[in-house]
Amino acid sequence: MVYYADEEHPRKRLKLWDKSAANLVPGSMEDFNSETDSDYTSYWRDWFISSRGNEYFCEIDEDYLTDRFNLTGLNTDVQYYQYALDLVTDVFDLDCDDDMREQIEKSARHLYGLVHARYITTTRGLAKMLEKYKKGDFGKCPRVMCNAHPLLPTGMADLAHVQSVKLYCGKCEDLYNPKSSRHANIDGAYFGTSFQNILFQVYPALIPEKTIERYQPRIFGFKVHAAAALERWQSGKREEMQERLKDVGMEKCFKEDVELEDDMEEDEEEVAGLDGADDVLAE
Amino acid sequence: MSTSSGTPESWISSFCGLLGHEYFAEVSEDFIEDDFNLTGLQNQVPMYKEALEMILDVEPEEDEEEEEEEEDEEDDDEDEDNDVEMRDENGNSVPYRRGAERRHMKVANDITEIESSAELLYGLIHQRYITSRPGIQQMADKYELQHFGSCPRVFCNQARVLPVGCNDIPGQETVKLFCPSCLDVYTPPNSRFQSVDGAFFGTTFGCLFFMTFPEFDVSAKGDPLNLAATHPAYAPPSPTSQAATNSAAAETTKHSRSSSLTSTPVTATLNPTTLSSITPEPLPVQPSHLNGIATSNLAPGLGPGRIHEPRIYGFRVSERSKTGPRMKWLRMRPADMNELDESRKWHELYGGTEDDVQIGGGGENGGAQVEVPSGRRKKAARSRKRGVGVTDPGAVNGGGVEAI
Repeated sequence: MVYYADEEHPRKRLKLWDKSAANLVPGSMEDFNSETDSDYTSYWRDWFISSRGNEYFCEIDEDYLTDRFNLTGLNTDVQYYQYALDLVTDVFDLDCDDDMREQIEKSARHLYGLVHARYITTTRGLAKMLEKYKKGDFGKCPRVMCNAHPLLPTGMADLAHVQSVKLYCGKCEDLYNPKSSRHANIDGAYFGTSFQNILFQVYPALIPEKTIERYQPRIFGFKVHAAAALERWQSGKREEMQERLKDVGMEKCFKEDVELEDDMEEDEEEVAGLDGADDVLAE
Repeated sequence: MSTSSGTPESWISSFCGLLGHEYFAEVSEDFIEDDFNLTGLQNQVPMYKEALEMILDVEPEEDEEEEEEEEDEEDDDEDEDNDVEMRDENGNSVPYRRGAERRHMKVANDITEIESSAELLYGLIHQRYITSRPGIQQMADKYELQHFGSCPRVFCNQARVLPVGCNDIPGQETVKLFCPSCLDVYTPPNSRFQSVDGAFFGTTFGCLFFMTFPEFDVSAKGDPLNLAATHPAYAPPSPTSQAATNSAAAETTKHSRSSSLTSTPVTATLNPTTLSSITPEPLPVQPSHLNGIATSNLAPGLGPGRIHEPRIYGFRVSERSKTGPRMKWLRMRPADMNELDESRKWHELYGGTEDDVQIGGGGENGGAQVEVPSGRRKKAARSRKRGVGVTDPGAVNGGGVEAI
């Protein structure tokens, strides 16, 4: 969403991004500067999601941000709440010194993150994050057996300043640290603990196929006893779970279950048509 | 022996210094010069002799000019038996040794061919070298210096990883990283390792390493990610609680872990209320060693408090939900390690004695408290039926020693 400066802004109060603020965050603003120098500018939110390190965020709709109900309770969490909100919604109009400006800028990013956690559990937000998920914007699962399954950003806590953002793999259902250190500093609360589970609830077709395939440590081809004993114990736990689920009518938990069934059907067919098998053998 | 002409750096060290080759150890020339260590590689590597010369920085050029004429014949009859073999096996892949044509192509083509052959040969030698005593020691030094990075899994708390292959045959898979804390393999974070063959490290190295150096504490020190702040249940297993359970067995422990030294017994309780999966009653005496490995070193990144619990608005997602957790088993580890003592469990059911007494001696005390789930009993019974004629290895020592 890029608006040209000379274009009529729908809200009539478009405040061009203040260039003085660009000096406050050296480095991260460089890309943006080049844009302001050319003839057009974009919203604060546009700048925010396109700046380096914020690749995990999606853009929050203006409507969502301006609905006070969606911001309930955030005014106590965010310093200079009103100014920060103004900045995020591009109506910031305050002459202040650089220190103050920096404070507000920081608050605005914090506010955006906290609203983001709420927004991505809405229908619109889920759809936006889904697009990013499909594009693989959040990276691929590092686990070899997951075959580079796309990840989803998640938090381990819903409170801010507790834990940085983590990446969730739907295939192995585990959490991983982001590869890049620039993502390691994002607060996990900006994504929340519920998001990835809600996404799969809303889009059940996207639930990845789970597999019982796993890595087996070996030495010269032989399994290692300690690891193999643990593996057998884990398999026992898995079978217990499968029994429990079978009791409630959920049998196909894993790819292998489905394949096994297919194999069995094939076997039955073969048994039924032994003549056919003979033909194959004859060939 | 290998006096490199002009170049101060040997081929091996320049190879290991290349971008993306950070995981490689420098194979000692003594190792390469021992023909025994190269057994069978001649058939796997094209232009084996030239590649080997390149690795060892032996310059064949001086005599090449004189012998160039003869070399044609040499090649055909006496040079290398395997050259002929190579041509027979995959004739089309070795086209550069054809009569007169060869001489023209040799200069430009051969150098790159030999270079890639040398890399393959070095990789295959490397696979063997890092399982040898000096090689594994060299890798241990690199491991201690964190050359291989750390596990990307959150609950492994940045445990250090090792480069391994998932296949011993070159050209199949790229190098992977083995995490001893969750016993799983991961793709290296940097894409420059995508060009390194996994076979150059081999499938054996990862586990052999930790069996060779059991004193390496594979669990990460402390809580670098500050997981404890997120949820008390995510706190790393406090060394104190482990020490408390191990204390009974500690006297007989060979490698006493540093954790037992730092124990402060009063604070040992690890908020049992917050750990729904840990039973509040104290665990039976834990063996310090089990199945040939210190229990504290067996997948410390797994188990209660180390498994992601999916939640929606604070409520756990039910297993019965379509989106419910299905993969928890992969990250499970028994709170009571006695459950992994398969041979003792077997003997508890069917009598007899163990031929190997566990070092921790958890046997008598722990034994009574181990509950064998009924499902397992059934399975064990089934397997017993199947193996009717199999004699129990423990029975050799005479029954009745094991008190159950």
